[in-house]
Amino acid sequence: MTALLEVRDLQVRVEDREILHGLSLTVNKGEVHAIMGPNGSGKSTLSHVIAGKPGYEVTGGEILFEGEDLLEMEPDERAAKGVFLAFQYPVEIPGVATYTFLQAAINAQRKARGEAEYSTPAFLKKVREVAKSLNIPQDMLKRGVNVGFSGGEKKRNEILQMALFEPSLCILDEMDSGLDIDALRIAADGVNALRSPDRGMVVITHYQRLLNYIVPDFVHVMSRGKVVKSGGKELALELEEFGYTQFGDAA
Amino acid sequence: MNVALAKTDTGRALSDAFAAARERLPAAGKVADFRRQAFDAYERSGLPHRRIEDWKYTDLRVLMREVLPLAAAPDAAAFKRAEVVLKAGTIKGARPLVLVDGAFAPKLSDISGLEKGLSVRSLREAIDGDNALQAQLFSLDTANPMVALNSAMLTDGVVIDIADGTALSRPLHIVHIAAGATASSIFTRSLLRIGKNVSATLVESYVAAGGAKSYQAHDSLVIVIGDNSRLDHVRLVEDATDAVNISSGVVTLGAHAHFNTFGMTSGAAVSRYQANITFAGEGSRVETNGVNLLRGRQHADTTLLLDHAVPHCASREVFRAVIDDSAHSVFQGRIIVRPDAQKTDAKMMTRALLLSDDAEADNKPELEIFADDVTCGHGATSGALDESLLFYLRARGLKEKEAQALLIQAFVGEAIESIASDALRDLAAATAERWLRARS
Repeated sequence: MTALLEVRDLQVRVEDREILHGLSLTVNKGEVHAIMGPNGSGKSTLSHVIAGKPGYEVTGGEILFEGEDLLEMEPDERAAKGVFLAFQYPVEIPGVATYTFLQAAINAQRKARGEAEYSTPAFLKKVREVAKSLNIPQDMLKRGVNVGFSGGEKKRNEILQMALFEPSLCILDEMDSGLDIDALRIAADGVNALRSPDRGMVVITHYQRLLNYIVPDFVHVMSRGKVVKSGGKELALELEEFGYTQFGDAA
Repeated sequence: MNVALAKTDTGRALSDAFAAARERLPAAGKVADFRRQAFDAYERSGLPHRRIEDWKYTDLRVLMREVLPLAAAPDAAAFKRAEVVLKAGTIKGARPLVLVDGAFAPKLSDISGLEKGLSVRSLREAIDGDNALQAQLFSLDTANPMVALNSAMLTDGVVIDIADGTALSRPLHIVHIAAGATASSIFTRSLLRIGKNVSATLVESYVAAGGAKSYQAHDSLVIVIGDNSRLDHVRLVEDATDAVNISSGVVTLGAHAHFNTFGMTSGAAVSRYQANITFAGEGSRVETNGVNLLRGRQHADTTLLLDHAVPHCASREVFRAVIDDSAHSVFQGRIIVRPDAQKTDAKMMTRALLLSDDAEADNKPELEIFADDVTCGHGATSGALDESLLFYLRARGLKEKEAQALLIQAFVGEAIESIASDALRDLAAATAERWLRARS
């Protein structure tokens, strides 16, 4: 069976500095992988390269998404194929109403896949259903994308998009950063509701805390641009107890 | 400078154009004298150039080179062509008042069943025997060469009067159509006089009929707003992309009046809109906003003067320019606060979005403040689209051009939002959308 995501010996540079030095990772449908590691270990770089953010130079290795070369695709093509990155810091876009943005995005993806675009009424019906399930009030959707949203609202807006677009691969980059425990629980519930045999997830986090709410099937420890240890969910607890120092890093 | 120089070919051609223009208006009263003085004033300076401070960024000697011969009065074929483009640009509910190649076209205009308190006449008719009107129309400052040229050469226009207490139900829509088959100059001037306690909406649009080529549209508009009145004003410059549009506005507000004006320039190869707005009565407010959408080698200049001559008035200027390719946008905003104009509240903000390395934006704010108890501020920025916003949108499935279009729409949105009327706001938004669609 073809893996959902296959990262092989990935080497990535930013300007003159190599950030990832041969990273490998395989994610199958139905699996939730956690990637843990100290700041600067390259976790966010991995998520950015998978999503296609400019400014990173891949100098070696490959990334296959359902067997296809992901690195050959534009960011919008990756989104249409089913790659979704929940941003650590979702941007604010003043002047673009959240509704307008969501409809433009979902229809762009559908069009790229050769599917019929949503009419405005059909889209509104769908987005309202999803918003309701995530406790997102209607007036938030009328505001500019993320403008004036709290940290928790911004993360819920990311999960709203995940629920709407129904991607097959979800990458959650430091979803817990800036969230209090209540906001974290709401966001994690949203993510858990999207766990499915047809979908793979990569949860990137610095702290074990998030993994109490989103329980992973596999845990990988990253240090200095490589995966240095992989295991089951118990590895996260071990890290919580002994820290990252055992891998030669300060936590 | 040697004044004894023989007239150049260009100079002779202009004299011929002036002679032709004089024939087109009745020489009643002092009209002929006013025009001669204005023509002499223009001839002394010629086309303004970059060594004149006010024209530093818009050197008409380079951009226009010369004033083209006067456009012929429209014939049946020209009216026919004008009718086609007029139909395409009709604004629902508005009353079109149409000028074709510098002549008022009553047959294309809707001047039937005028609301009570509204009067619409062609300038040609209106000036006959009305000395006060002649003075009001022709006494504009000849220090500005392009205003002087317009005074000398204008062939027609619309004179609109709105009586005290009138609430106009239909927007007035002055449509400037260039329909001539040969490259030529069009000179028009219109007047809008608004009494007290009036509310009215005026739209102006500049368009080209099929076949109109490389023309020059020279227009001016005089507006007088009475006490407690409100005017909403939208101007859309959608001239042919090889045309020149030089327009001037002279606006005076009475007390407790409100002037909300919005301009959008997406057409014309070279354009300049210069407006002088004067507060003559206390407690009045002006919002003057604009958007330039430029591509190719277009050059568009907006030069505004807000004259706070009296106390307790407020002005807001919000200007946005979107500049692609090697286009060039100029914004000059001058605010004068006279010594007596205490409690003035004036703000000006201009932002330019550069979509290409060769795009150019020049922003020149000037504040001249002679009163000591005022709030005045200005700001200017220019930059490219935010890469992090673009990536966010692309990561959500939008193609590069779509993502850019969404961000550009948001960028101009703030200025468009200031338009009070829903219908006119939609019209401006649709114009911006058309421009964006042509990009992708």
